[in-house]
Amino acid sequence: MAEKLGNVWVFIEQEGGKIADVSLELVCKARELADQLKVKTEALLLGGNVAGCVDTLYSYGCDTVYLVEDERLEPFTVLPYARVIMDLIREHKPNILLFGATLKGRELAPRVASEKLGGLTADCTDLRIDDFEDKKNNKSYTNKLMQIRPAFGGNIIATIVNTWDDPQMVTVREGVMKMDAPVPGRKGKLVRVTPKISDVETVVKVLERVRADKEVDLKGAQIIVSGGYGVGSKANFKLIYDLAEALGGEVGASRAAVDAGWIDHDHQVGQTGVTVRPRLYIACGISGSIQHVAGMKESKKIIAINSDPGAPIFSTAHYAIVGDLNVVIPQMIKAFKAK
Amino acid sequence: MSYTVLVFVKQVPDTQNISGDAMTPEGTVNRAALPAIFNPEDLNALELALQLKDRYGARVVVATMGMPAAAEVLRQSLYRGADEAVLVTDRALAGADTLATSYTLSCCAKKIGKVDLILCGRQAIDGDTAQVGPQIAEKLKMPQICYVEEVVEVGNGRIVARRAIDGGYEVLEAPLPALLTVIDANDPRPMNAKRIMKYKRARTPSEVAKAHPNANYTDGQTVDDELKALAANGLLIHEYNASDIGADPSRIGFPGSPTKVKQVMSVVLTASEAKSVPATAEGINLLIHELISDHTLG
Repeated sequence: MAEKLGNVWVFIEQEGGKIADVSLELVCKARELADQLKVKTEALLLGGNVAGCVDTLYSYGCDTVYLVEDERLEPFTVLPYARVIMDLIREHKPNILLFGATLKGRELAPRVASEKLGGLTADCTDLRIDDFEDKKNNKSYTNKLMQIRPAFGGNIIATIVNTWDDPQMVTVREGVMKMDAPVPGRKGKLVRVTPKISDVETVVKVLERVRADKEVDLKGAQIIVSGGYGVGSKANFKLIYDLAEALGGEVGASRAAVDAGWIDHDHQVGQTGVTVRPRLYIACGISGSIQHVAGMKESKKIIAINSDPGAPIFSTAHYAIVGDLNVVIPQMIKAFKAK
Repeated sequence: MSYTVLVFVKQVPDTQNISGDAMTPEGTVNRAALPAIFNPEDLNALELALQLKDRYGARVVVATMGMPAAAEVLRQSLYRGADEAVLVTDRALAGADTLATSYTLSCCAKKIGKVDLILCGRQAIDGDTAQVGPQIAEKLKMPQICYVEEVVEVGNGRIVARRAIDGGYEVLEAPLPALLTVIDANDPRPMNAKRIMKYKRARTPSEVAKAHPNANYTDGQTVDDELKALAANGLLIHEYNASDIGADPSRIGFPGSPTKVKQVMSVVLTASEAKSVPATAEGINLLIHELISDHTLG
């Protein structure tokens, strides 16, 4: 008889007791995978004082929350987190473990996977359950996690499978999994865990920590006006802000505009920035590199404004305006105000 | 006392600047047509190491795992200021995922001996995983500081570095030896003309052997003599295979990789049904009205 399948786990990322959106997105995805595998959805909640997050996790679909509270887990540092997670993996043998592909997730997950001697796939954009035929080794696997990710600078999409012992570990990009509406009052089981953290894991000291919550909420925006290198200058980005303000949207940017120093990285859309899927995306002076397109192609409607009729962005757009953005944008503002 | 800083670098296909020549008629990328370059963030890691050399007098060793041709990024490191170079190359390393790669590089680090710091670029542009750095750190039981922007100071067996976090930065202190992954936060120095003149003759043993298919030269000199001469002049690039670095064959290359690729699909940039909107007042008016009437704008 086959060994009983382990559960689907999500590492919950939090900052100051507020759960990161990506973790809730992953709980919803984990719920879907767990239902398919007929196992449970379980959350790993670590921090200094985070018990207040537990009900939220139930409401998004967690059956179990492993709650690990310890002052040495605040602020986040990799080594004690990796220790706690490894101990939990050894004890409970989950089938799948999901991390957000955030700065924290991308430094924590490999540390855990390396110690577990397990596979880890980075930056997944889709996850599915399917069977896998390893023709090279003549082995077949059932109900494995298909780990789908862009590679090669976004030029290919690869499906990866972990063929060693569970858990099957992945990091998942922010904003790509759909967050379902929470069910208030939904309950689960709380498991309080006393961590075994030793001096070995506390050697890295945080001497200074400066952070502010992002002022830009691109992920939640319904309308995004993005500027690229074709905007021409920092001063000219005012045009982008003007159009966004007129339409009630947020301002995005391509990597080229961020690298030029015209706008802050928080605004960057694309593979090294944020993945967005607004109702309307207006790309102004953006050529449309595959890395940028990867972060916005799911937008419902895409308008591209570019003076170069050969710009690749037009292949992704629903509406193509070949023209000078300095002329076109003011006309759009005027047309919208006169509606 | 001077520090030994080990920098891991990688030769990668240039996936970020894909010209028309590398596109197939089907709209996919012909990977073989991409030029091989020095992974950009590894140059930032090398720059950080060279800054430490300037400040503290460190010995900078650069190492890579790759095909024999990857010796080129090692030479480029020597041109910029590295002191020694190590190539790990072996057919048995092919097909390595990040776990097998980090195991191999950790064996390479042990072979090199006592190091105070290991620096890596945050990620390579062919895979973009950012996993190998933290995994090497775990294999060597070293603390890691990821996303480093600058080193504040090194001294008394500790390093203090500033690194990026979401929405800000942190200053972290870790005991040595430690591993740092470095982001695009400095300007890598250019290659130095004098060093190019010297190190353009730097060779790996297999490059020397390849240049002389007959082991015995007509003038009586042998490959061994030439290698000795290169070594005496600091021009020998060390070359190791998997057994030289003591790697367990079951943990490297394809057998040592838990992740398998099930399927690869090329992203096709096809022409979509973009509706052309004239850049005139009238064209734009019509577009805005269409978007208002279908509730995209409102």
